[in-house]
Amino acid sequence: MRRRRDPRHPSARPVRPGPPVADPPRGDPADPIPGRRAGDTRPPAAGEPSGGRGRDAPVTTLRPPRGRGALIPGAVLSGVFAAAALLSLVWTPYATDGIDVAARLRGPSPIHPLGTDHLGRDILSMIMTGARTSLAVALVAVGVGMGAGVPLGLAAAARAGSWLDDAIMRAGDLVFAFPSLVIAIMITAAFGPSAVNAILAIGLFNIPVFARVTRGAALPLFGRDFALAARVAGKGSARIAVEHVLPLLASVLIVQGTIQFSLGILAEAGLSYVGLGAQPPIPSWGRMLADAQTLVSLAPHVAVFPGLAIVLTVLGLNLLGDGLRDRLDPRLR
Amino acid sequence: MTLAVEGLRVSIGGAPILSDVELGVAEGGVTALIGESGSGKSMTALAIMRLLPDTASSAGSIRLAGTDLAALSEAQMCRRRGAEIGMVFQEPMTALNPLRTIGDQVAEAVLQHAGASRSEARARAAEALARVGLPPDRHPPTRYPHELSGGQRQRVVVALATILSPKLLIADEPTTALDVLTQARILDLLRRLAAENGTGLLLVTHDLAVVSGIAERIVVMRDGAVVEDGPASRILRGRGHPYTRALLGASAPSPGRRAGDTRPPAAGEPSGGPALLEVAGIVREHRRPGGLLRRGRVRRILHGTSLTIRAGESVGLVGPSGCGKSTLARAVLGLDPIQGGAIRLAGHPMTPRAGPDLRRRIQAVFQDPYGSLNPRHRAGRAVAEPFHLVRPRPDAATRAAAVAEALDAVGLPGDATDRHPYAFSGGQRQRLAIARAVVIRPDLVVLDEAVSALDVRVRTRVLDLLADLRRRYGLATLFISHDLAVVRAVSDRVLVMEEGRIVEEGPTEDVFASPRHPLTRALLAAVPRLPDGTPSATGS
Repeated sequence: MRRRRDPRHPSARPVRPGPPVADPPRGDPADPIPGRRAGDTRPPAAGEPSGGRGRDAPVTTLRPPRGRGALIPGAVLSGVFAAAALLSLVWTPYATDGIDVAARLRGPSPIHPLGTDHLGRDILSMIMTGARTSLAVALVAVGVGMGAGVPLGLAAAARAGSWLDDAIMRAGDLVFAFPSLVIAIMITAAFGPSAVNAILAIGLFNIPVFARVTRGAALPLFGRDFALAARVAGKGSARIAVEHVLPLLASVLIVQGTIQFSLGILAEAGLSYVGLGAQPPIPSWGRMLADAQTLVSLAPHVAVFPGLAIVLTVLGLNLLGDGLRDRLDPRLR
Repeated sequence: MTLAVEGLRVSIGGAPILSDVELGVAEGGVTALIGESGSGKSMTALAIMRLLPDTASSAGSIRLAGTDLAALSEAQMCRRRGAEIGMVFQEPMTALNPLRTIGDQVAEAVLQHAGASRSEARARAAEALARVGLPPDRHPPTRYPHELSGGQRQRVVVALATILSPKLLIADEPTTALDVLTQARILDLLRRLAAENGTGLLLVTHDLAVVSGIAERIVVMRDGAVVEDGPASRILRGRGHPYTRALLGASAPSPGRRAGDTRPPAAGEPSGGPALLEVAGIVREHRRPGGLLRRGRVRRILHGTSLTIRAGESVGLVGPSGCGKSTLARAVLGLDPIQGGAIRLAGHPMTPRAGPDLRRRIQAVFQDPYGSLNPRHRAGRAVAEPFHLVRPRPDAATRAAAVAEALDAVGLPGDATDRHPYAFSGGQRQRLAIARAVVIRPDLVVLDEAVSALDVRVRTRVLDLLADLRRRYGLATLFISHDLAVVRAVSDRVLVMEEGRIVEEGPTEDVFASPRHPLTRALLAAVPRLPDGTPSATGS
């Protein structure tokens, strides 16, 4: 159910399914891949008519570039999610520990816009606070993954073919060899269920993802003439990695980070669902679903709203990742 | 007329790219389309193939053997590409599928268009490969592209483009990525195939010298418009458009403008001065990646190569691709370890562990002006990079002054420091790379194919700049190139390299006047030449 998309392919394009749709060159000045020559007009896919047959008028674009279609709704959904999480720090309609058994399982109404759960807690407040949990867990997990994975990937690329490269990449293979949720369950089972252990378990799995993506994208850059020129200028691999290579990886990493972020939210919900994530009374979307499981036929709204929150947030982040990729990843231009 | 293009106009996003381009290719004839990068020559070729970007719109008539290509549907056009119009691109590696054997790829074209059986297609593919000089007994069709050299790959692409005997063959800079020897052979092959099959050949290139002796008709383009069009003999006489004359002048760098003429004429001892760089019998080996259990085979690239460069001297190193020139450059720069021999720079051993005080004496300019600058770094930062080697590190004001001076020396405006590389043209980028190489005043600059990727006119200007910088800073240079004409223009002394060994060495004019080694003679013979009577460089 939770699919990990392994960036096993040496090309480090953030891995998303779906056909890559090339945008027309936008003349973005920050084109990070300079391999393109001025006169280099790549022939487009041979299946497309070049339009303008005998007509002089500029041809309108044949298909809308996907990036623009995905970026805006993705940003809006993700923005709503982030805003709800931030707002919950200072205000929620009701306290999330406010148990009111008399008002339990109420349907949506002006008093409780999304109804109440089996303990009479306001579901909107629970979802807002749960967003905070999801955000914190996913953010730290992505931070752990990037913080460790990117330096490892850079080191592997700088010493490509060496024992260090082999060691880093094979260790990554080892982590990839196990289903992530199983290992996460093992870790939380061993060290006790808590939000911190969930973060560590999810973060651990992000490390090889970022290491691979970084290595794949950095490898060709280390071979470029500007890296060679930097070596002639006496700079070592570490300095070249930081000064020359890392800035060119920014777009790839931002996009991969967005994708891992949405996967982190799913993973956190999954762990909480089986009781290994955030512990009561901290609200969590996954546990809200677990609590609602037996009540679905009785009060569907108790399950529907947290479920919708997860779906919409993950959808929004995926769209954002897609949109960012189409906008930032020069390989798709 | 096999191909007649009339009134071709192309615009992208409303901006006109081509305006009223007219050109023709006769049956079995060769038309050359000449222009610098950005002149629209490649766009013209793409427009003929109907492969323009989606955002482009075009107008005008393109008639191939009487059929108006512009009026065809995409499906009809698709059947003609490959079958009636063949195309050869600049970079053969990207035109071939790395995962399929060359025989299969050539056979694929037959299967696709001619409806032949699989065995029949194989037989025709083998025949086509033999015709381009890859006979099955020596070059089995079961090979993969990576097992072939650049020239052999281009032969496969030519076989692919001509197997269906197209009416028109478009070759876009087919030899720019190849060395002179291979270039001569590929050009000969293209001409022969065109004549044998009655195929019209449209040869797109920036270098007039390449097409002289091959093209019957020459079309010169500039800024998306044709500036001159006529029989090759008339165009090459250079009495026409001033732009054509400028291109002609740039195609033939005359020895008269050599950097060497700045030497004091009475010096008498060109070998004078202390040895700056001594390379003594160096061996460089490369271990190929092995399997899981066996170690990779060792391949020796440099076999005891020796050379000496004196302070202020300019030395040219020529040889075909793959002879080890760049490997030698990397070893001299202390980037790669050597397995034997010694490299001494100013008396100190140059190794990958050499310290900054030694490294600052040698700098480098690389081939690709688009790859040698980090796209995220502004020009000022890029040029200042070698200050990393200067101890103690000079303060910001000193560095800024040195950068400004270097930029001025290479002829770039002072406000260039704040711009990113994309804001510069190819020639300007190469100037930036040169500024970076001279900013800390090294004793020796290694230029590895530093002008090979540039248009002829830009190349001439950059060569002039190098001569000027040598005079100004007393630099010694090691100029590596496969192009003898270029080396001749900038070097006092020439070394000829073959398979990791120096096979001939001597003062430039002596080597050019009386080459002793067969390779030198072959290289000299392969240099594309303008016919006699063309005006050589006017010195403007």
